[in-house]
Amino acid sequence: MPAKKTKLITLRKPVQIVGRGILFFIQVLTSFRPSLKQLKAILSQVYFIGTRSLVIIMVCGFFVGMVLTLQSYLELSKFGATDSVGTVLALSLFRELGPVLTALLFSGRAGTSIAAEIGLMKATEQLSAMELMAIDPVQRVVVPRFFAGVICVPLLTALFNLTAIAGGVAYAVYIMGVDSGIFWSNMLSSVEFQRDFMMSFWKSLVFGIVATFIAVFSGYFTTPTGDGIGRATTQTVVVTAVLVLIFDFIITALMSWT
Amino acid sequence: MKKNLIQLNNLSFNRGDKVILENVSLTVKQGSVVAIMGPSGVGKTTILKLITGQLRPDSGNVEVAGKCVSSMNHKNLYKLRRNIGVLLQNGALFTDLDVFENVAVPVREHSNLPEVLVRRLVLLKLQSVGLRGAVELMPSELSGGMARRVALARAAVLDPALMLYDEPLAGLDPIGASTIIRLIRDTNEAMEMTSVVITHSVEDMMQLADYAYIIANKKIVGHGTPDELRQNTDPQITQFLNGEIDGPVPFHYPADELTQDLLG
Repeated sequence: MPAKKTKLITLRKPVQIVGRGILFFIQVLTSFRPSLKQLKAILSQVYFIGTRSLVIIMVCGFFVGMVLTLQSYLELSKFGATDSVGTVLALSLFRELGPVLTALLFSGRAGTSIAAEIGLMKATEQLSAMELMAIDPVQRVVVPRFFAGVICVPLLTALFNLTAIAGGVAYAVYIMGVDSGIFWSNMLSSVEFQRDFMMSFWKSLVFGIVATFIAVFSGYFTTPTGDGIGRATTQTVVVTAVLVLIFDFIITALMSWT
Repeated sequence: MKKNLIQLNNLSFNRGDKVILENVSLTVKQGSVVAIMGPSGVGKTTILKLITGQLRPDSGNVEVAGKCVSSMNHKNLYKLRRNIGVLLQNGALFTDLDVFENVAVPVREHSNLPEVLVRRLVLLKLQSVGLRGAVELMPSELSGGMARRVALARAAVLDPALMLYDEPLAGLDPIGASTIIRLIRDTNEAMEMTSVVITHSVEDMMQLADYAYIIANKKIVGHGTPDELRQNTDPQITQFLNGEIDGPVPFHYPADELTQDLLG
C-alpha cells in the first residue's frame, strides 16, 4: 500500500473521534431543557458527583498546601524572605495548582465513575431501553451528569484552594512560626481579584467542561463489554490530563496577553 | 378481517459485507401473538431492531400501523415508540432505581399524571405480574425471572398497542418461563395488544403463539400455525424444531479441510 494512503487511513480514526466528539458536544448542549425535572436531575447529580470527590479534594488540598509551603519556605529562607511564603502559596494555587489539580483529581475520582456508570448502562442495554421507551438517553443520562460536573469543578476548586491555604497556614504559622499577620497581609496584598481569582475561576470552568465531557463521551461511546468499559475509564483520565494541560497553557497565555 | 399491524416488505440488511437478512417479508395481524424463531445469530433480534427503527434496512421497508418506520425521522420514531412496549433480553432495568420507580419511568416521562395516579397505575401493573409486594426492592435484589416480570410491567405500563419480546425466556427456570408465557398471553388478551416474540425456545412458543415464522440462512424458511409447522417436512424446519445438531444449518463453521489445516 502506498505510504500516503496508509497515512490517511491512520489519520481517519482520530479525525472521526474528534468529529464525533464535536457533534456529541453540540447534541449535549442542545439537549438541555430548562425544566424543573431536568434541574432536579442536575442537582441530584451535583450532590452525587460533589460528595464523591469531596474527601479526596480536601485531603489532597491540605497536603498540597503544606508541601508547597514547605518547599517555598526552604528556598525563601535562603534570602530571608520567609514572610512571602503566603504570597507564593496563594499565587501558585489560584493561578495554576488549584484548577489543574482539582480537574485531575476530579477526573480520577468522579470522571472515571461517570464513564463506567454510563458504559455499564450501555452494556446492560439500559440506554437502549430508554430509546425504546421514547426517552432520549442523552437528555436523561448525559445532560444531568455533564452540567453537574461543570458546576462541581469550580466549587471543588474553591474548596481545594481553601484547604490548601489552610494546610499552608498550618505549616507556616503553627509549625515554622511565621507571623500570621504578615502571612495573611502579604497574601491579601499580592492576590488580585481579576488577575488571580478570576483566572482560577475561568480555568476551573473550562477544565470542568473538559473533564466531564471526556467522561460522558468515553462512557457513551464505549464498546459495551467489560474490556470496553475498562478502556473508557482509562481513556477518561489520560485524555482529560492531556487536554487540561493544553487548555491550561492556552488560558494562561490568553489571560496574560489581555 | 383483522388488519396487519406490522408488515416487513422484501427486507434486506447487511452488517458491513455480511448479509444478515435477505428479502425477508412477514406480516403480523392485529391482536395475534406471533413468534419469530430460529437458531442463535440468525438475525431475529435484528428484525426487532428494524421494527423499532433502531436499525434501518439496506433495502425494503418496515411498516408499523401503516406507517413506514424505515424512513421516519427521530421525532416521529419517538412518537411511534410511545405506542410500542419492548421487553429486552435481560430486562434492562435501571439499576439506580427501585422496582416502583423503574415501572414509573415511562409514566412520568410521557404523562403529567398526578403522583397519586402514577402510584395506582404502577401498583396495578405490578399486581398483574405478581410483584406488588416487591415495589421497594432494587434490581440487584431480584431473581432473573422477577427482573423479567418487572421489565414486562414497565414495558406494558402505558398499555401499548404492540409488545415486542426479545428472548423473554432465555435463562429462566421452568417455573419462571411458564410464568412469563402466561403473562405474555394474559397481557395480550387483557389489553387487546399484538405481540411479537423473538425466541429459540420451540416447545414454549408452539404453545403460546398463534402464528410463527422460522428464520434460517438469512431468510424465512417456513411459517404457519404451530400445527402446520409441526407437519412441515422441510429439512430446515425439522432440524430446528427437533434440535438436530447437523443439517442445513451446519455444525461446523465454514473452514478448509481438516487434513489440509493439520498437515499444512
